[in-house]
Amino acid sequence: MIGIIDYGMGNLFSVSKAMERLGVEYFVSEDRKELAGADALILPGVGSFKDAMEHLNETGLSEMVKQYAGSGKPMLGICLGMQLLFAQSEENGLTDGLALLPGKVIRFSGEKAGTPYKVPHMGWNRLRFINKSPIISGISEDFVYFVHSYYVSTEERKVVIADCEYDVDVPAVVGKGNVYGMQFHPEKSGGLGMSLLQNFIQLAKERTIQS
Amino acid sequence: MLTKRIIPCLDVKEGRVVKGIQFVELRDAGDPVELARFYDQQGADELVFLDISASHEGRKTMVEVVNEVASELAIPFTVGGGINSLADMKRMLRAGADKVALNTAAVLRPSLITEGASFFGAQCMVVAIDAKFDPELGSWRVYTHGGRKATDYEVIAWAKEAVRLGAGEILLTSMDCDGEKDGFDLALTRAVSEAVTVPVIASGGAGNAAHFVAAFRDGLADAALAASIFHYKETSVEEVKTFLKSEGVNVR
Repeated sequence: MIGIIDYGMGNLFSVSKAMERLGVEYFVSEDRKELAGADALILPGVGSFKDAMEHLNETGLSEMVKQYAGSGKPMLGICLGMQLLFAQSEENGLTDGLALLPGKVIRFSGEKAGTPYKVPHMGWNRLRFINKSPIISGISEDFVYFVHSYYVSTEERKVVIADCEYDVDVPAVVGKGNVYGMQFHPEKSGGLGMSLLQNFIQLAKERTIQS
Repeated sequence: MLTKRIIPCLDVKEGRVVKGIQFVELRDAGDPVELARFYDQQGADELVFLDISASHEGRKTMVEVVNEVASELAIPFTVGGGINSLADMKRMLRAGADKVALNTAAVLRPSLITEGASFFGAQCMVVAIDAKFDPELGSWRVYTHGGRKATDYEVIAWAKEAVRLGAGEILLTSMDCDGEKDGFDLALTRAVSEAVTVPVIASGGAGNAAHFVAAFRDGLADAALAASIFHYKETSVEEVKTFLKSEGVNVR
């Protein structure tokens, strides 16, 4: 069973519907115990980093998520959910994140060499694969749907599995061990998005069989 | 590189798509989900559903439509029309819409944009602006209530204000060009696109594929929306995109 974390921050529905389209069993919950028992966890989210972390901290879900990551079971953060996996964000003042991945979340400056560019980064952009990972296995580079004003900046290039070209290079698929993140919305990214989610679910299945 | 988006717009009344849909091959040309799927297959990047229901029941039905579209399709879509409160936004977004478009309500109560943006994030707040050139003003004037009421707002000023308040995108409709099929209002689109930092969707006036090229190249639009030329099959999303590619415009 895939657990989808409900902490009051949006896109639960579209992620749930994607699970249904894939024919995968899932549940949506805010209950720490219940979520800890899932074969894999998805941390969705749209909205502000600060609000999201406050919710996660107040409900004790941050602790649960960190423990879960330590358990070795696969975990996936989507959009804001991915950003939360990193150490810190500058959105509405510096806020500490879950620190499961190295790097920080910063705002698009909206200007490059004196020329303004649009923020949010909104629309379909092409993935470029950088590092090998089971999450992109069997998938070729194609377009996915992004909507975000903040992006991840990391010194550790190993965690960036795929990026895309905007006015800066935007980490799009990240991962370290069993913890993955996608900056775009796989659940809104047509066939490619569904294949990525399928790969994530496959990781959970393989692990369940192993254990 | 980020691609330019092509967005078909569907008018929905009491749960049914209305206003000239000529798709003979569809089982039911008025079914929003079937039409959404059709446009998705053609390569539409996003969809906009405008709820033009007059009744309370019609609005409730719209939530079901949104729910069903989100269940079946893996592309983003915006819902507009009759969204007047945070509760309305919540209903649509929870039902699976990715963005909500505010028009009249935003002009009447601009703080609504901020409320929505702080609750759901700016990325799902689209402010729709109906613009008409006003010779006395020497610029475009904002209209509300489906274009029936003139406001005191000048379009560029209002667009900037909307973004300052939290709009993540501007859906800009030229009332002068709408329905004429002579092309988008390039001067208007360019003026707004240069004035704001968020993406701008050009709307009103699309008559052929070349008009889209102009909207992106000269109008500096980030996305372009059309209804009747797609509904009446004067062209298709696929054809428009093929043409855009041949003209060197980056599309998916």
